[in-house]
Amino acid sequence: MTLAVRCRNVVKSFDSEAGPLRVLHGVDIDVPWGEMTMLVGPSGCGKTTLLSIVSGILSFDSGAVEVDGHDVARMSDSARVAFRRANLGFIFQQYNLLPALTAAENAAVPLVAAGIDLETAAKKAMPLLERLGMGEHARKLPRQLSGGQQQRVAIARALVHEPKLVVCDEPTAALDATGGRNAMELLRAASVRADRATIVVTHDHRIFDFADRIVRMEDGRIAAVEDKAPEIVP
Amino acid sequence: MGTVALRMLFGDPGKYLGLVFGIAFATLLMAQQAGLFIGIIGRTVSQIVDVREADMWVMDPRVKYSDVNEPMTDTQLYRVRSVEGVAWALPFLRNMGTVRSPDGILEQILLIGVDDATLAGVPPKFVLGDLDALRAPDAIAIDKSGFMRLWPDAPLDLGREVEINDRRVRVAAIVDASAPFATSPVIFARYSLALNLAAQRRSQLSYVIARAAAGHDAAEVAARIAAETGLQATTSAGFARMTVLYFLRNTGIPINFGITIALGFIVGAAIVGQTFFLFVVENLKQFGALKAIGVGNLAILRMVLLQAGVAAVTGYSLGIGMAAAFFHFVPRANDALRGLVLPWEVAAGVAAAVLAIIAVASFASVRRVLVVDPAIVFRG
Ligand SMILES: Nc1ncnc2c1ncn2[C@@H]1O[C@H](COP(=O)(O)OP(=O)(O)OP(=O)(O)O)[C@@H](O)[C@H]1O
Ligand SMILES: [Mg+2]
Repeated sequence: MTLAVRCRNVVKSFDSEAGPLRVLHGVDIDVPWGEMTMLVGPSGCGKTTLLSIVSGILSFDSGAVEVDGHDVARMSDSARVAFRRANLGFIFQQYNLLPALTAAENAAVPLVAAGIDLETAAKKAMPLLERLGMGEHARKLPRQLSGGQQQRVAIARALVHEPKLVVCDEPTAALDATGGRNAMELLRAASVRADRATIVVTHDHRIFDFADRIVRMEDGRIAAVEDKAPEIVP
Repeated sequence: MGTVALRMLFGDPGKYLGLVFGIAFATLLMAQQAGLFIGIIGRTVSQIVDVREADMWVMDPRVKYSDVNEPMTDTQLYRVRSVEGVAWALPFLRNMGTVRSPDGILEQILLIGVDDATLAGVPPKFVLGDLDALRAPDAIAIDKSGFMRLWPDAPLDLGREVEINDRRVRVAAIVDASAPFATSPVIFARYSLALNLAAQRRSQLSYVIARAAAGHDAAEVAARIAAETGLQATTSAGFARMTVLYFLRNTGIPINFGITIALGFIVGAAIVGQTFFLFVVENLKQFGALKAIGVGNLAILRMVLLQAGVAAVTGYSLGIGMAAAFFHFVPRANDALRGLVLPWEVAAGVAAAVLAIIAVASFASVRRVLVVDPAIVFRG
């Protein structure tokens, strides 16, 4: 079976006033199916950059990136958009919910992007919202929800279309300790399964126990990969 | 994604209303001013339009528009009659005068004298009395709004006496005439009576109105009249066009209205452009998230255009509705504005202007959305 994500010698620079700033210096990483992989490391080491490249929303200078065996760099722009729509789920630190849509409608956005009408899509998202304990809040707008509740809506949105790869950047950074653990428990329970890979970028050592593997980055390189049985399995 | 786009739009009522009112304001201002402009310019040809029987006007070559006239001689009238293709040609007098009502109200009037035998040139619509009433000695017809100017509180009736240039005449009929450019009363009389009333120069033949015989083209006959008599001859439409062009070129009317209309466009475009730009910029992160999730640029473009389009249609409907209400109610309440309407051409033109405003407004915004890097969604 192919790997969920396979990166080889990925190099990425950004333009800055002082000339090009190299952020990734040849990253190799394998992400297997069926696991939650955490990408950790000091601020500025390139975690978000790597995650953006893996999810096909940022281009890179050289190297190879395969997601589910597909070469992301060689896709046309529109093919890459369609690939993301079908295969990726996103969870952002700032949730990025649409303020004018209800919880259920927000959770349904990937289905709407795939062509289902908003009302039908929102109904389809309901079972997942209920599993995440958000059934009774489904008709509320984001501003009527707490941070933890908003992140649960975001989790639902990341999973509603059953993507193969779920990518999360600092999903607990805006939550307190208990909120963060709750969100991770829900994410792990809902996301991790044999045919899916979940990548979580985080600073938050309090949630390291939820990982199957921890990949440590330092200064644009992979420093260590630690395979471990997660200490907390819900 | 259309529904999502609309929810985003309505979900920000402040900006949505700002957009709608900006467009409504621009629409109202442009439509109202353009409608007034066309109405007022249209009035310069009222006296041409009201002469339904004729399809040609003959005049001194120096005349440039219908408000001035250079007297012609009866001989010239006869020469017009003898041109091939002319069914008939009749004198038409047009003069300014002063009218005094017994109550002492003094008004500048427009005095029209028409052929004694046929009375051709009197507007066909009679409010009171009939055409034949003009055949009585000292009988005149007055237009309805002129009557109301002279006797503001009286009901419309016949038999009242007035003095025109110090000669006593009697109101024998009331007609519905098109509003003249200067909103003065219009008085119609037999040519012979009108000559007496004017009483300044011997001949007061201002125009010859004529009709082409069946099977003859008015434009061709007019050209023949001009060639054979040395007079200026044109079709009614041509005379109207000449008059309108004269007013457009020689008065401040187009500039004044043009400035207001342009102002409506510019202010509207500025308000709408700015509001829409703010709306889009504030939603950039949302659009970025949608792009990351897999909404393509084309779909995003459609969302933005739908948002702009819905705001435009709503604002335009509101604005054109208000303009239509203005043209419905105000001319009925204010006699000086009678007959003014909102032509569909104006509504269509303003719609095109609103389209241009919204195109300008979306242009900058659309660019921002299309170039937004979905990777921003991972940045704080
Ligand atoms: N669009 C950009 N333009 C220029 N430089 C950038 C850009 N994005 C990231 N960088 C730089 O690249 C480096 C890595 O950034 P990145 O966001 O990947 O780090 P990170 O590991 O996610 O950090 P943090 O833990 O603080 O989120 C940083 O030095 C950052 O300033
Ligand atoms: Mg980061």
